[in-house]
Amino acid sequence: MDAIDATLPPPVNYLNAQHGIKSWLLTRDHKRIALLYLFGITFFFVLGGIFAALIRLELLTPAGDLMEAETYNKMFTLHGVIMIFFFLIPSIPATLGNFLVPIMIGAKDLAFPRINLLSWYIYMVGGLFTIAVIVLGGVDTGWTFYTPYSTAASNTHVVLTGLGVFITGFSSILTGLNFIVTIHRMRAPGMTWFRLPLFIWSHYATALIMVLGTPVIAITVLLVAAERVLHLGLFDPKLGGDPVLFQHLFWFYSHPAVYIMILPAMGVISELVAAFSRKAIFGYNFVAFASLAIALIGFLVWGHHMFVSSQSVYAGLVFSFLSFLVAIPSAVKVFNWTATMYKGSISFQAPIMYVFGFMGLFLVGGLTGLFLASVGLDVHVHDTYFVVAHFHYIMVGGAIMGFQGGLHYWWPKIFGRKYPEGWAKLAALVIFVGFNLTFFPQFLLGYLGMPRRYYAYPPEFQVLNIMSTAGASVLAIGYLIPAIYFAWSLKYGELAEANPWGAKGLEWTIPSPPPTYNFEETPVITEPPYNYTPEFVASVTAASRPEVELG
Amino acid sequence: MFNNFPLFPREASSVAGQVDALYFLLLAISGFFAVTISLTIVAFAVKYRRRHALEVGAKIHGSTALEILWSAVPLAIVMGIFVWSSVIFIRISRPPRDAMDIYVVGKQWMWKIQHPDGRREINELHVPVGQPVRLTLASEDVIHDFFVPAFRVKADVVPGRFTTLWFEATKPGRYHFFCAQYCGTEHSGMIGWVDAMTPEDFQAWLAGGAGESLASSGEKLFQELSCNSCHRPDSQGRGPVLDGIYGRPVALEGGGQVIADDSYIRESIVDPQARTVAGYQPIMPTYQGLVTEEGLLQLVAYIKSLGTTGQPTPTPGAPTATDTPHPTPK
Repeated sequence: MDAIDATLPPPVNYLNAQHGIKSWLLTRDHKRIALLYLFGITFFFVLGGIFAALIRLELLTPAGDLMEAETYNKMFTLHGVIMIFFFLIPSIPATLGNFLVPIMIGAKDLAFPRINLLSWYIYMVGGLFTIAVIVLGGVDTGWTFYTPYSTAASNTHVVLTGLGVFITGFSSILTGLNFIVTIHRMRAPGMTWFRLPLFIWSHYATALIMVLGTPVIAITVLLVAAERVLHLGLFDPKLGGDPVLFQHLFWFYSHPAVYIMILPAMGVISELVAAFSRKAIFGYNFVAFASLAIALIGFLVWGHHMFVSSQSVYAGLVFSFLSFLVAIPSAVKVFNWTATMYKGSISFQAPIMYVFGFMGLFLVGGLTGLFLASVGLDVHVHDTYFVVAHFHYIMVGGAIMGFQGGLHYWWPKIFGRKYPEGWAKLAALVIFVGFNLTFFPQFLLGYLGMPRRYYAYPPEFQVLNIMSTAGASVLAIGYLIPAIYFAWSLKYGELAEANPWGAKGLEWTIPSPPPTYNFEETPVITEPPYNYTPEFVASVTAASRPEVELG
Repeated sequence: MFNNFPLFPREASSVAGQVDALYFLLLAISGFFAVTISLTIVAFAVKYRRRHALEVGAKIHGSTALEILWSAVPLAIVMGIFVWSSVIFIRISRPPRDAMDIYVVGKQWMWKIQHPDGRREINELHVPVGQPVRLTLASEDVIHDFFVPAFRVKADVVPGRFTTLWFEATKPGRYHFFCAQYCGTEHSGMIGWVDAMTPEDFQAWLAGGAGESLASSGEKLFQELSCNSCHRPDSQGRGPVLDGIYGRPVALEGGGQVIADDSYIRESIVDPQARTVAGYQPIMPTYQGLVTEEGLLQLVAYIKSLGTTGQPTPTPGAPTATDTPHPTPK
């Protein structure tokens, strides 16, 4: 593509090609659907965040004083259900993935554009069920729906919540299918498997988990509904069922689901590290296969959620072993990202700040995973705040930090406008500090013995809880700042060039924002990914400063 | 508020020190890697910062030797941790043979504790120091979890089966125990105190309020439920003789055998046809719903009192139910 042409603001792009609400609600453009998803997940992130804030406020004092115990239980249940099923699982794949997977492989759209739109509608219908649950009075089982509490004891809207999860699962399955078929069938000429950006590899691994794992959670919540409504004896021992069976079924999906959340973030990090080091990813093949290894081994570790569940000692040992094993590919990725920076040309623009944040938090999250995989030590910290801290470091520190980094990196591409760099860097810092202040004390609380899901707690835990709540308010500000400048940038941001970062990748060869069908001509790929050369940089730098060249 | 601000739990059981040692080792290893990697990233970021606009990174694509190194070294380290933590886990899971029994029933939202000689308590657990204690845990309703941070042990309390948990308190004192598995509205109120006492104090406490022993409560229940009309001591009954059966292998109808431990006895009461003793008809009705969990524990204590082989329960470990197949729907 001619470099000078790409810098001119495209007169017609996917955003302004059509107008009106109908053109959005009936769109089949993967980029518009990505924005529909961005709208949906932002809404649910705010909702889940409000519940988080209420949880932290209640825990400011040892006594239960802000709300009733039952209300508190509903708060943490809704926080978990919303953040996991309606924010984290769709977050990167359904927004950045949807937007970028076709572009990065040189395709005009996903393989099944209508199914892509359908998946958004399914997601929204699932979301409506969840909103209905909130309006009707909530649900109090915890996002884990453990039986027989969920089937025999709880008086709240378990079935409705389960239906919401069941329905939204199909959106995940359809997205996964769409990605797999697209990546297999729609790569541009010359885009071989080992020329794919690592973002694509990580989305491929994620899609496999979505397709293979999600049906299991769907079946499991249906079985919960069947026992609750029809009294089929599946999980409740009073009906002849086995409560631990539920945990096996639930975690068979819900542990791999953690990798649905973190793998796409790892893909984002690979792209950002390469772009801001102007250097090929160190050990491309190892990073790519590490994604697949995580996806596959991730299916074999679910029993580490059940070390104290009355599962046999032998099962405990085997699951402990496998859980240690799954740590290795993650470690390999971290080492390769670090090595990529060696002799790179590192620029400190806003997105890389989120990469640094990700690295710091993911390191802590990953390493504390080793504590939990250690079965003899897990007995003590299981179901305490240590676990809460650990998975927030992975999901918030890892997945959301990665998502934010990706959003900052591709924002100019998606909307054709830039955001203020200074504010973006400040936000990254505030989020990093706020996050650590919120969740690091929870490791100490957990080792001290504070169990999770406690509405009131003994006074010796108070100081650490105050620190955590204080941190949460800093974190909230950290998330508010990007919300403001992103919104501001849509109207007032400086117009973005086609390639504002001087980065490699097909998405940077087309205008910002891209035209509806992405590529005027199908690109032909003749080089490996991340092939940074001085000539390439010179060409894009010159292109992005036409005013200098033209005088 | 600030004068009650612990950062580390007390160590008050025989395994606490071992668990903490592993914890500190993991802290050291994690700290080393977290600091080394972070500093490397910072160093690279500074050293290789972009110095002019057209600069690109070096043409380096990877190194198989490095990949092998940084896969193999972490693998070796985590396998070492795996072995150590497994040793601790097996120790936590196997009660010593001389462990003293105490029976715990969890229900929404309280803990009921019965000592074999009949002393009962609620949300309090008195134990002697220097003596292994084995808790047999049962739930009346949903899953609970018995967790004593100062002892570094916990076990889920699962309805429909017995689970076990053992510890040996090493220091007299009062220690919190918590319900660690979310169980509904007052989950966070389901807490209590372990009172670890010197053996003398414990004996004095035990003598202070002993009622009817668990076994004799069990015997009464045995008669009330007319168990004795079939399970007779003279082998003329329609059910197996229970004298001396506890802890012994029992041949099963259809082959195989099972150790007649707490779990098997419990199963035989609530789901008698799951595993019938060889030579007997599967005619016993279920007592599911007719006996409370406390009653079941009393019946088990009674059958245990009918004589044993001198072997304590050979269940390989707590909190396990390996010997009990999951109750199957009929």
